[in-house]
Amino acid sequence: MRQIAFYGKGGIGKSTTSQNTLAALSEMGKKILIVGCDPKADSTRLILHAKAQNTVLSLAAEAGTVEDLEIEDVMKTGFNDIRCVESGGPEPGVGCAGRGVITSINFLEENGAYDGVDYVSYDVLGDVVCGGFAMPIRENKAQEIYIVTSGEMMAMYAANNIAKGILKYANSGGVRLGGLVCNERQTDREYDLIEALAKRLNTQLIHFVPRNNVVQHAELRRMTVLEFAPDSDQANEYRQLARKVDANAGKGTIPTPITMDELEDLLMEFGVMKTIDESLVGKKAAEAVA
Amino acid sequence: MSSNIEEAKKIIAEVLEVYPEKARKKREKHLGVFEDGKADCGVKSNIKTIPGVMTIRGCAYAGSKGVVWGPIKDMIHISHGPVGCGQYSWAARRNYYIGTTGVDSFGTMQFTSDFQEKDIVFGGDKKLEKIMDEIEELFPLNKGITVQSECPIGLIGDDIEAVSKKKSKEFGGKTIVPVRCEGFRGVSQSLGHHIANDTIRDWVFDKQTEKKTDGTPYDVAIIGDYNIGGDAWSSRILLEEMGLRVVAQWSGDGTIEELANTPSVKLNILHCYRSMNYISRHMEEKYGIPWVEYNFFGPSKIAESLRKIAGFFDETIKENAEKVIAKYEALTRATLEKFRPRLLGKTVMLFVGGLRPRHVIGAYEDLGMNVIGTGYEFGHNDDYQRTTHYVKDGTIIYDDVTGYEFEKFVEALKPDLVASGIKEKYVFQKMGYPFRQMHSWDYSGPYHGYDGFAIFARDMDMAINNPVWQMAKSPF
Repeated sequence: MRQIAFYGKGGIGKSTTSQNTLAALSEMGKKILIVGCDPKADSTRLILHAKAQNTVLSLAAEAGTVEDLEIEDVMKTGFNDIRCVESGGPEPGVGCAGRGVITSINFLEENGAYDGVDYVSYDVLGDVVCGGFAMPIRENKAQEIYIVTSGEMMAMYAANNIAKGILKYANSGGVRLGGLVCNERQTDREYDLIEALAKRLNTQLIHFVPRNNVVQHAELRRMTVLEFAPDSDQANEYRQLARKVDANAGKGTIPTPITMDELEDLLMEFGVMKTIDESLVGKKAAEAVA
Repeated sequence: MSSNIEEAKKIIAEVLEVYPEKARKKREKHLGVFEDGKADCGVKSNIKTIPGVMTIRGCAYAGSKGVVWGPIKDMIHISHGPVGCGQYSWAARRNYYIGTTGVDSFGTMQFTSDFQEKDIVFGGDKKLEKIMDEIEELFPLNKGITVQSECPIGLIGDDIEAVSKKKSKEFGGKTIVPVRCEGFRGVSQSLGHHIANDTIRDWVFDKQTEKKTDGTPYDVAIIGDYNIGGDAWSSRILLEEMGLRVVAQWSGDGTIEELANTPSVKLNILHCYRSMNYISRHMEEKYGIPWVEYNFFGPSKIAESLRKIAGFFDETIKENAEKVIAKYEALTRATLEKFRPRLLGKTVMLFVGGLRPRHVIGAYEDLGMNVIGTGYEFGHNDDYQRTTHYVKDGTIIYDDVTGYEFEKFVEALKPDLVASGIKEKYVFQKMGYPFRQMHSWDYSGPYHGYDGFAIFARDMDMAINNPVWQMAKSPF
């Protein structure tokens, strides 16, 4: 059994990318379990054709404790027999979603949710904001992390931060960085930039997923592209990514995160950011002109 | 430099020897020897305890729930968080009170929100609301609620202030006080006292709409007496006999109404400076109420304090103070006649919290005993400055003493009595040293006031001259 995880900046297309890739893996005959680790519980929407209603934590809250739950209560099966579990969590602004992730993953492991699957995939919200969201990175969880990013500065910044989180646990446990997935935003020299970033992080650009409106069309139907338009070019892109992930077993690396300055230098090198005269830092456009 | 100072310094150096260098450097700043004429005790204080040692300190929650707020008898204090903090702080201090427990007083009861995993994940605000509803229904005579935050409350960011405001409004303006005394805050229980003091300012004083007007020129409040074994009662009678009107007790056997009325008093008389100087200073600044520190341990300090307090009032009160001192002279003489010869020249080592590391020294000296070592669990620099008036040249001073240091100091100085807390008691008794608990008065008390001194003297005699010590053979 392989355990992988998808991380990346919020809104970068993690869930879309991961569900499409996993759908493609399921076409290859792999048995898959998706563990959604986002309180919004939308990591399995495209596989299940619906937002999961019964999350581990909402049912645990109803029942009193997580010990009162049965695995059948929370596990749903969707497209191509992909098993789906959503951790769920509190509404924004209350409680501790990170603790929720820990509780859910412990529950799933202890109750045999992972029995008989080839892949467990964790889909984790945004940045690694606290220990709870680092849970899938810790010892004996995901072996490889795939970071979904784009050529936008903040997405790269988040990717670098996630690499820091992986590095923290890489030496004590077995977690490795599997690679960067670039979800195209059509920024300047995006491919080159992410490839360079990958190199700096001591990893690879495992796949460059081009922008295609069919993703949006499938999304609106709450389907993966693999199911909605299996013959489309975009479906083939995800199939390629799936094959690369499958072939990537054991090839992950220990990342070498860079500093904020190095990241800015990288952007300047690719002409995304003009070389900035230090005297202009912190000045408004109007002031800079004068 | 006298030889006993050198001797004491040598003992400290020997005790420090076993520590690794880093720990030694930190700990040596907390150990000192008092030298006559110095303005302080030469030790640092109120600094984070180093990992790996056994400390005697508590946490901010202990300071708020256990010390300041807990004794307010007509309010219900919710230990908000997982059950352990509430369980282990349940009736742990002997804050005596008068009232019908479970009807109009709740001192020995324990209320907790008993956090479960789901409360951490989803937040505990709804549960807190429900608890407050249940409290209102089950204990309709409660006069208010406090929320004593345990660590997780601060970690998950529950909005206990919003819940408190909402419920206070629903319950017709009832006092509901959210206290952010999470245990991880600060270095000891001391910050919990400060936080609790501040909540009285913000959620009791500042919410007052009308000021009490039927005061007398002789109204005083006892601040910082927790009525351990009835201490505040044996103090209060002396003030009342002097002609003063004690309108509030903070917080032993106290009520929320007493707290709320205190800004109308003429003088705040402060026993435990450490835990309640904050609110005393606030009342001085905002309401112009002077405050005076006093010490009701032992006849010498009691007489001194009664005169000091009387100094704030007219001649009648001053005359009355002399009358009170005279009235108890017979009791004092009888006590000293009986016990002083049995205790004369005996030595004591103290380690306690709050005011006792200095305040009880006078009482021991009245009995002819000498305090040869003392230290504070959570004192600040101003406590050590105040200690210089009490200790003799060559006294060993140990701040936030570690289990190891305390044992070694006792072994080296061989006192006739060790006076500290429950965690220390059996260690020293097994080492063959007579011991008295000075947090709970060893389930005895009161020790404050003239009546308390008679009990104090008897208890110390009972510990030191117990024939059992002749039967036990110490291996040390």
